Amino acid sequence: MSKQRNDETVLRRHHDMGGLPAGPVEQGEHDYAPWEKRVDAILRLLGDPKRRIITTDELRRGIEELGPGAYDEMSYYERWIASITNNLLEKGVITVDELGRRMAEISAAWPAGVEERKP
Amino acid sequence: MAHDHDHEHGHDHSHQPHPFQPDLEETPLTHYQVMTQAVGDLLVEKGVFSAEELRAMVEAIDAKSQAAGARMVAHAWADPAFKARMLEDVNKAAEELDIDAGGIPIRAVENTEGVHNVIVCTLCSCYPRLLIGLPPDWYKSRSYRSRTVREPRQVLAEFGTTLPDDVEVRVHDSTADLRYMVLPARPAGTEGWDEEALAELVTRDCMIGVTLPKSPNA
Repeated sequence: MSKQRNDETVLRRHHDMGGLPAGPVEQGEHDYAPWEKRVDAILRLLGDPKRRIITTDELRRGIEELGPGAYDEMSYYERWIASITNNLLEKGVITVDELGRRMAEISAAWPAGVEERKP
Repeated sequence: MAHDHDHEHGHDHSHQPHPFQPDLEETPLTHYQVMTQAVGDLLVEKGVFSAEELRAMVEAIDAKSQAAGARMVAHAWADPAFKARMLEDVNKAAEELDIDAGGIPIRAVENTEGVHNVIVCTLCSCYPRLLIGLPPDWYKSRSYRSRTVREPRQVLAEFGTTLPDDVEVRVHDSTADLRYMVLPARPAGTEGWDEEALAELVTRDCMIGVTLPKSPNA
């Protein structure tokens, strides 16, 4: 590819991938897991006319701020819940303490535990 | 989460163990699954929404499919005046059929003899989900998002859709504020079909534009 193309690549943010080279489209599909539907439902409720707590643009801003490494390693709904959570923390709807405590409780109560996160 | 403990709300949350499903409890949770459970629980406890609202929303998401979009396409094929209104304003035309297309504008792009349309969202995954359901995994993939705007004919070929060279391919890049759906061309050989039968030919993928409607002879 030309030099111009390389420059263009450098200036892009990582989510802005239109026109970049990539492999074949993998056409396999998975059924959405219950936790993924829960993420979707949480966002839909937070953005509905009754609440208007998080907009689509705020969700996207949160996803785009995850950074290139996280963006590529995380699955689609992992990016969503990370962004939703960051938005809720920023807006003071929930606090870091509450979240940390509740996550620890849920992890401790789950018989098979929690997967180690990649470093 | 498969173990739904929303029913526990309203009493002290410091914490009896949940009733686990034996087959699920043997699988470790991921960090983000735990986060999802925790965030949902906290929002319910704070009264941001109720457990019932959350459950109802999950059910509503589950119930969405391509059916609403297919019904609109079939009606547009059968009724040229409706088609004109749909091309003018999808969201308003949807109301005529008691379909809720949501508050974000959707534009229908019409396939004709000389033009084939395909939709993509290069920046994320914007998609007319209220009309055609949740997007398939590939729609959100790096390869589809990257390549569709540069080499749409090759991408279409990977879906088994090979178009004659003289057909112009138009690619529409969706945004958070404007979404697209493809209005496919009515297949030949469907003269006299009723709308229900026509709707059967209209797949999700042909409203994304990566394929054509099902063949009436199939």
